[in-house]
Amino acid sequence: MSELLQFLFSGLTVGAVYALVALGFTIIYNASDVVNFAQGEFVMLGGMMTVFAYAAGLPLPLAALIAIVATAGVGVALNKLAIEPARGAPVVSLIIITIGASIFLRGVAQVLFGKQIHRFPSFSGDTPFRIGGATILPQSLWVIAGGLTVFVALYLFFTKTLTGKAVLATSNNRLAAQLVGINTNWVMTLSFALSAAIGALAGVLITPITNTSYDVGIALALKGFAAAMLGGMGNPKGALVGGLLLGVLEALTAGYLSSQYKDAAAFVIILLVLFIMPQGLFGIKQTERV
Amino acid sequence: MSTLLSVDGLGITFGGLRAVHDVGFSLQPGEILSVIGPNGAGKTTLFNMISGIYHPGAGKVILDGQDVTAMRPDLLARRGMSRTFQNLQIFQNMTVLENAIAGYHLQETGSFMADLFSLPASRARARTAKDGAMELLARVGLDRAAETEAGNLSYGKLKRLEIARALALNPKVLLLDEPAAGCNAVETEEIDHMIAEVAKSGVGILLVEHDMKMVMRISNHIVVLDHGEKIAEGDPATVSQNPAVIAAYLRAEAGADAGAAHA
Repeated sequence: MSELLQFLFSGLTVGAVYALVALGFTIIYNASDVVNFAQGEFVMLGGMMTVFAYAAGLPLPLAALIAIVATAGVGVALNKLAIEPARGAPVVSLIIITIGASIFLRGVAQVLFGKQIHRFPSFSGDTPFRIGGATILPQSLWVIAGGLTVFVALYLFFTKTLTGKAVLATSNNRLAAQLVGINTNWVMTLSFALSAAIGALAGVLITPITNTSYDVGIALALKGFAAAMLGGMGNPKGALVGGLLLGVLEALTAGYLSSQYKDAAAFVIILLVLFIMPQGLFGIKQTERV
Repeated sequence: MSTLLSVDGLGITFGGLRAVHDVGFSLQPGEILSVIGPNGAGKTTLFNMISGIYHPGAGKVILDGQDVTAMRPDLLARRGMSRTFQNLQIFQNMTVLENAIAGYHLQETGSFMADLFSLPASRARARTAKDGAMELLARVGLDRAAETEAGNLSYGKLKRLEIARALALNPKVLLLDEPAAGCNAVETEEIDHMIAEVAKSGVGILLVEHDMKMVMRISNHIVVLDHGEKIAEGDPATVSQNPAVIAAYLRAEAGADAGAAHA
């Protein structure tokens, strides 16, 4: 029992990070139907920049804040320099552009930050809490709390605020959105900033546990993407549940079978779900008029 | 009466094709101005230039005394220009009501935080928008379909929904691109009445329509295009007697017949 609990704890921690990455996918997807494969690099940048700002002598919270804001800036630049000039191109081309951007960002990070593994200390020490025979790191609680907070904030943003609805309207029909007075360029800028900031936050929260290096983004983007697909692309609830589910599945497979199979097991289950429910767990059926 | 919208020397070329050349007219508040012409005459292209979808190669669009040439559609919407499309621009995944409410968002002056926490002020505003939207839907006869997903409506109903959304913006100028296409005789007459009513409230209406009976019935002023150029303008009676107009339409028909004969 305590063993199961232990696996659940570590699964939820990793799952919360996947959920944050998936939430980042959700925002940009909602605004533009584009799956931004540079999302993992935002996570990397968040962690990396915190490492270097902290090493430069800034207090940790300030370093984290700077990293998040700077990463949001990178997101805006990505939109302005790479996505906006290609407006009108098919979504697939835009997705390929984001893959290019992810390779570019990884390259720049490798040059700037080096190939070593970096880390900074946990927010509230490393003394684990004991719960029911299992242990959990204080940093894990930070990660899980961060994931839940971002989820609630985004959920309210999309369902309650005019700005959030403008994002959804832009995704649904960009021209119609413009016709009702929505500045769709601004919506895109906002989406990339928000999405990058959330990615960076994930990086800040997880780096004390997993450490970071220039190439952590690839795996995270892949897992976050899988989580978003599992939950249903475009739905914040789907992103959260998909992320947590994926994390727990991995932890259980690693614990009870073998850590060699943890990725395989997770992806097999995702495939099964998608065979039965191609829209994901919370996705809405898409209808297109011809 | 001051001019609401004036179009002066508007033109655009696509590659070597001169789609619209040197077209000008002016629209007064409460006036219904129709743009007619054979297929391919450049009517929709003209609309697209006026409403900021295309950047005109030449000429000016003046709205309320201000130059709005090639301005983005969202900025035009804020200045009181609203339009519908021949091939529909609807939020397909939203309900009919949500589509109409979307048109209201410019009139809402929401506070981000009030919305986020559903404060009473924010709820009251949402209610106002909803009531207003329902009223407009009733006006176009879609109030009973309010909760239907827009993607499931018939073409004729979607046309009316698009008009309702355009009206929700409370426009000064309304551009309607074939509002009666795909509607039956009864629906066409309803749209007739609605357009006349909207015009009566002081909105200037620019209309592209193929239903000549409707155009002759409701227009104050008609501009005739052929091959991208203005060949005539005036009141319905004058225009329908104009030899150049009759020739353009006859030629278009003869061309269609000849095409059919060759096929």
